[in-house]
Amino acid sequence: MGNNLDALTTIFTEFYYWLTVALMFLIHVGFCMYEVGASRRRNHMHTLLKNSMLIPLVTITFFFFGWWIYWAFPNGPFITGGIEWEAANANSPVSDIMGTNLSDRITGVFWAAFLLFSWTAASIVSGSVIERINSGAFWILAVLIGSGAWIIDAAWGWHYQGWMVQLLGYHDAYASGVIHAVAGGFALGVLVVLGPRLGKFAADGKPRDILPHNPWLVCIGLFLIYTGFWGFYVACNVPLISPEAIGGQITGETWTATTIYLTPTTLGAITFNFLMSLSGGMMMGYFVSKGNAFWTYSGGLAGIITASAGNDLYHPIQAMIIGGVGTYIAYKLHYWVENKFKIDDAVGAVAVHGYAGFIGLVICGFVLWGHPSSPYEGYAAINPLGNFIGAIIMFGVLGFLPGYIASKILHAFGLLRIPKEVELMGLDFGTAQEEEAAAREVREAEIAMANGK
Amino acid sequence: MNTTGVSSWAVDLADVGAIYPFQGLELILLIIALIFWIWWHIATFRMEFDRQDEKIRKYGNSEHITNAIENDK
Repeated sequence: MGNNLDALTTIFTEFYYWLTVALMFLIHVGFCMYEVGASRRRNHMHTLLKNSMLIPLVTITFFFFGWWIYWAFPNGPFITGGIEWEAANANSPVSDIMGTNLSDRITGVFWAAFLLFSWTAASIVSGSVIERINSGAFWILAVLIGSGAWIIDAAWGWHYQGWMVQLLGYHDAYASGVIHAVAGGFALGVLVVLGPRLGKFAADGKPRDILPHNPWLVCIGLFLIYTGFWGFYVACNVPLISPEAIGGQITGETWTATTIYLTPTTLGAITFNFLMSLSGGMMMGYFVSKGNAFWTYSGGLAGIITASAGNDLYHPIQAMIIGGVGTYIAYKLHYWVENKFKIDDAVGAVAVHGYAGFIGLVICGFVLWGHPSSPYEGYAAINPLGNFIGAIIMFGVLGFLPGYIASKILHAFGLLRIPKEVELMGLDFGTAQEEEAAAREVREAEIAMANGK
Repeated sequence: MNTTGVSSWAVDLADVGAIYPFQGLELILLIIALIFWIWWHIATFRMEFDRQDEKIRKYGNSEHITNAIENDK
């Protein structure tokens, strides 16, 4: 920090990312609330802990190797170049900037912003598998998606130098694909192997509704996710950078905010589009679900997620329409897949995140066709085919496949699913009995004292 | 004894980098942390399965299970 302007820029950037982290915590509070609300009473505490424990596990593994992966693999490796050793080593867990360091104030907060995306990816999977997965198995899957699959896709398609950006013109400014499609695809891969909750499907294959024990908690949870989503959006931007620092084709001296690709945008633009895509999604969710509260709130999320790929550039009315279209298709696909393939996605996560994210990438390729994907020379422009291939890579290659294969391995070792008796009695049953017995003993002792015994 | 490398703040901060204690031992710390992480997964898996076995042993009869389902309102 050589002078006051440098100092101001650095401290502003440091505080900016720090604030996004605090806001994004609310996403996780929301996920926990709606997951617990959606589970039945006899599974509450296990459901809460299953989700909560992904926080420390993804955090430490993202420190151990997730962050290194992001900086090491933007070239594939071996697609547009080798492993980026220099950048990767600077961000490895043994690097001196990964700790208290007065010459680097940004790495810690930037790492944490990415980490909160990692929690989100793992938490998306968590909701869909409730009430029948072993917590230990889920935590391994959480590390795989949170510190593995998603961060590889971020290196490929969410890095200013990523090979998908260079060769395909892949554009996904607010993570329709790199977080939501990959997590939705991963969840689907797990669900195929895990199977439905007992009683979800009748003998004739007809799906039954397993109602949330507390719809109010579910809806407030989703509302909190909206709130945290503000942090998610602004964390996807570089808040303030000069053309000189970008070092691309931009001329002049006008500083700007940019996307992760270093392409110019504004906070104003994404504020318009966040709110309009949320609105399009909520309105469509209410309509298509005939006023169901859960799907109305989920529709808001699906709306944002569908429009996110291009929300750095869309007109707000485009964002609204795209949000509505994505929500409609995601809702219809959810029930079609449930009926056709007997997939029990307890919270609709595959639809809201996976299908909406996939659709959003495809739409973005058409609507932003020809716009430069990067400020650097030689990169492919945004195009429909590039984003379609990108959507397949996100949902299928880095999402569904790792989820399916890892679940198959866990299943082969008998680690994936809880025993039938435990599923029927409920994951909390024994603990609840013991707690009730302890409380009864205290009550009896107090009554005895009151009676002077 | 000085663990951080900073013995006085009579310095130009522009010349100061890392100030956490025991610099140079990061790799050893990482290995310890990786062992702890792997151990944690194995230990909690065992704990979870032991607990499930215990629950089935204590409450796995149809009377308890029916009771649990009926009371889940």
